Amino acid sequence: MIEAILLTIITAATPLVIAAMGELVTERAGVLNLGVEGMMIMGAVCAFAGAQLTGLPLVGLVAGIVGGALFSLLFGFLTLTLVTNQVATGLALTLLGLGLSGQLGEAFVGIPGVKLAPIVIPVLSDIPVVGPLLFRQDITFYLSIALVIGVNWFLFRSRTGLKLRAIGDNHGSAHALGISVIRTRYLAVMFGGACAGLAGAQLSLVYTPQWVENMSAGRGWIALALVVFASWRPWRVLAGGYIFGAVGILQLHAQAFGIGVPSQFLSMLPYAVTIVVLIIISHNRRTTLINTPACLGKPFVPDR
Amino acid sequence: MSEARGPEAGSLLKVRSLTKYFGTFAACNGIDLSIGPGEIHALLGENGAGKSTLVKMLFGVLQPSEGRIFWDGRPVSIGSPGEARTLGIGMVFQHFSLFEALTVAENIALSLDPKIPLAKIAEEAESLSKAYGLPLDPHAHVADLSVGERQRIEIVRALLQNPKLIILDEPTSVLTPQEADKLFETLFKLKAEGRSVLYISHRLEEVQRICDRATVLRHGKVTGDCDPRQETPASLARMMVGSDVAGVHRDSTTDLGSALVQVQNLSVPARTPFSVTLKDIALEVRAGEVLAIAGVAGNGQGELFDALSGEYPVGNDEAIRLCSKAVGRTGINGRRLLGAGFVPEERHGHAAVSDMALSDNLLLSRSQSDRSLFLAGGLLSVIRHDAIRATARRICAAMDVRKSGDDPAAGSLSGGNLQKFIIGRELDRKPAVLVVNQPTWGVDAGAASRIRQALIDLARAGSAVIVISQDLDEIFEVATNIAVISEGRLSKPYPAGDLTLEKIGLLMGGIHDSTAHSGATAGGVHAH
Repeated sequence: MIEAILLTIITAATPLVIAAMGELVTERAGVLNLGVEGMMIMGAVCAFAGAQLTGLPLVGLVAGIVGGALFSLLFGFLTLTLVTNQVATGLALTLLGLGLSGQLGEAFVGIPGVKLAPIVIPVLSDIPVVGPLLFRQDITFYLSIALVIGVNWFLFRSRTGLKLRAIGDNHGSAHALGISVIRTRYLAVMFGGACAGLAGAQLSLVYTPQWVENMSAGRGWIALALVVFASWRPWRVLAGGYIFGAVGILQLHAQAFGIGVPSQFLSMLPYAVTIVVLIIISHNRRTTLINTPACLGKPFVPDR
Repeated sequence: MSEARGPEAGSLLKVRSLTKYFGTFAACNGIDLSIGPGEIHALLGENGAGKSTLVKMLFGVLQPSEGRIFWDGRPVSIGSPGEARTLGIGMVFQHFSLFEALTVAENIALSLDPKIPLAKIAEEAESLSKAYGLPLDPHAHVADLSVGERQRIEIVRALLQNPKLIILDEPTSVLTPQEADKLFETLFKLKAEGRSVLYISHRLEEVQRICDRATVLRHGKVTGDCDPRQETPASLARMMVGSDVAGVHRDSTTDLGSALVQVQNLSVPARTPFSVTLKDIALEVRAGEVLAIAGVAGNGQGELFDALSGEYPVGNDEAIRLCSKAVGRTGINGRRLLGAGFVPEERHGHAAVSDMALSDNLLLSRSQSDRSLFLAGGLLSVIRHDAIRATARRICAAMDVRKSGDDPAAGSLSGGNLQKFIIGRELDRKPAVLVVNQPTWGVDAGAASRIRQALIDLARAGSAVIVISQDLDEIFEVATNIAVISEGRLSKPYPAGDLTLEKIGLLMGGIHDSTAHSGATAGGVHAH
């Protein structure tokens, strides 16, 4: 029983962590993309379509990533090249994604999906309790953990990551140093889109292997909030994602048990707990200020 | 064009008829410049003379419209700052191009070869900074550093690339006289190593002290190429301004009236992690007095201004009294209604909305204090454009604000003209108390002298004036009394006549009274 609950928690937290990790990189470069929800649902429909048409869920996974990245390219072109307002464009991207995915996915409604098979890691998977939980997972779970480690290393250990943080902190100075602001931001936006697409693919290939309209169900917004409340630190995003996932699943079980608390309060719980915990983690205002990308959402136009 | 090899061979950098157009406006117009190896070369000019544009072209930030650049005798085109660095040109910007959220070492690493590990950069930066007398902790976050320390990062960053030419843009504008002396020692060390320095400044005595040659710019053209040591400050200023700068006149004996500003036990905790805590500030300004508050940037000037203006009211109502009324908890409009006027430091976005017309900016700041004049219809508050425009015109005429069109957007004015308008906007009300922060920051000499004269005239007419400034020339020109702010503490006021440049420097460094000894020699004689 407990093992089953833990498994569902992992499955629920994985897409949040993946999408948030992409948005974290985008925002660290100073771009506020509110279109995560739209990119996620586009990833979900592309993944489902890819898996249906080829019968290969891995092809679906790649289709989801590519779909999310291409969709984010639209956002990049509008906000970085045409310098439109990032907030408005992000909101439009979400609306467009929700509508477009519904249109594209019409043929797939009601069709049983193909589930991404778990990858069993030899030896490690035989460890009692931990083994089946962590080492008999599908590839998206492994990717989510790799993303946290990788993004953390990239941002704080690699020189390219340093440049990306510099752009997010002060794009004018970064430009003066000869760092290509627009190109880096394009790549960061597309990384964010690819991650959102992967998160969407997880939804339609692992979480609930089928296509349902609006199946992202607000997870993109949760991912966005996680990034801010985690003060743009990868490990805090992981913590936040799992707290949200855990409380979300546990309150469902609590509702099923019928404990004497109104279900509305229980549904509120994941949001409340996540916010409280992340506020406590990031109570140090100085650290928060140093981690907040100062140029977030500001348009950059080189004066040439 | 077949260039004679001779003159180019002798110079490290030579610029021939370099021109940059922005639209039809020529920011730089046929500039010729030549810098020899081991030479400290001054670039002098008022604001808007084209110094920054020229330097940006030399550093590859801007591309010239016409003209050529020769480096070591060879024609080059500098497409980006990276190319400039490869050639051996380093640059220390006036507005630091630093990243506050990153550490010193990370900031430096950004402009170096990405293959060098961060730990090695930190190590090298530390040893290099020691060797040149510019101590730095490579692991500190820039946000926590003083302006002087930030400048050191820029210099060390430029030096790590082993440049042949270092461009310094107004480097001493943020330093104490002692810090400036240290910088000059560093520059002489660089010169002794055979490196060249292009030194941009408007401080004539500095240029005369350290520079071998000077090129003077005015309206985008070269108006002088000279050995600054052979010139007088007046002759250099003439090249910069075109005509003799009007001196500021004041009566030496003015009778002071009653105290109009009284500040007692004013303590304000830091509002953000990056701001300064004000500690037990006390000051008094009487009618007819100009109190100048000197200090190095970032020692609490902005915070003191916010407290005095009421932009951020303070908890203790009695801490600030304007015209004998306790106003500590009163907001900015309430204080204006008592007859006070305020001019903050930032022209764009704080003192004025750049995209709005001058008349709109006038209404924004005086809508409460001049309600009956500018607004009609009682509660409806209908804007009386005619009255506002007429007042704006009066201000422009009184302060000689040069503008295009009748009522242009504030952002279209040059810095000096906008500042004249902003100060004139307050003066026009004949305020009993005027508090100004950095009244002539980045303003050309003509406008600066006009503004200073206006401040002195206001005091002479019986107002109390507080001038917060980092410019010591300005302070000595306008002040009746001088107090120095350092780390959020304000010294007691000294009569302007009793203070030497050296004493002020020590106070700015936080050393008070008795501990002061004449170890450090402050910069040359002050030109009054």
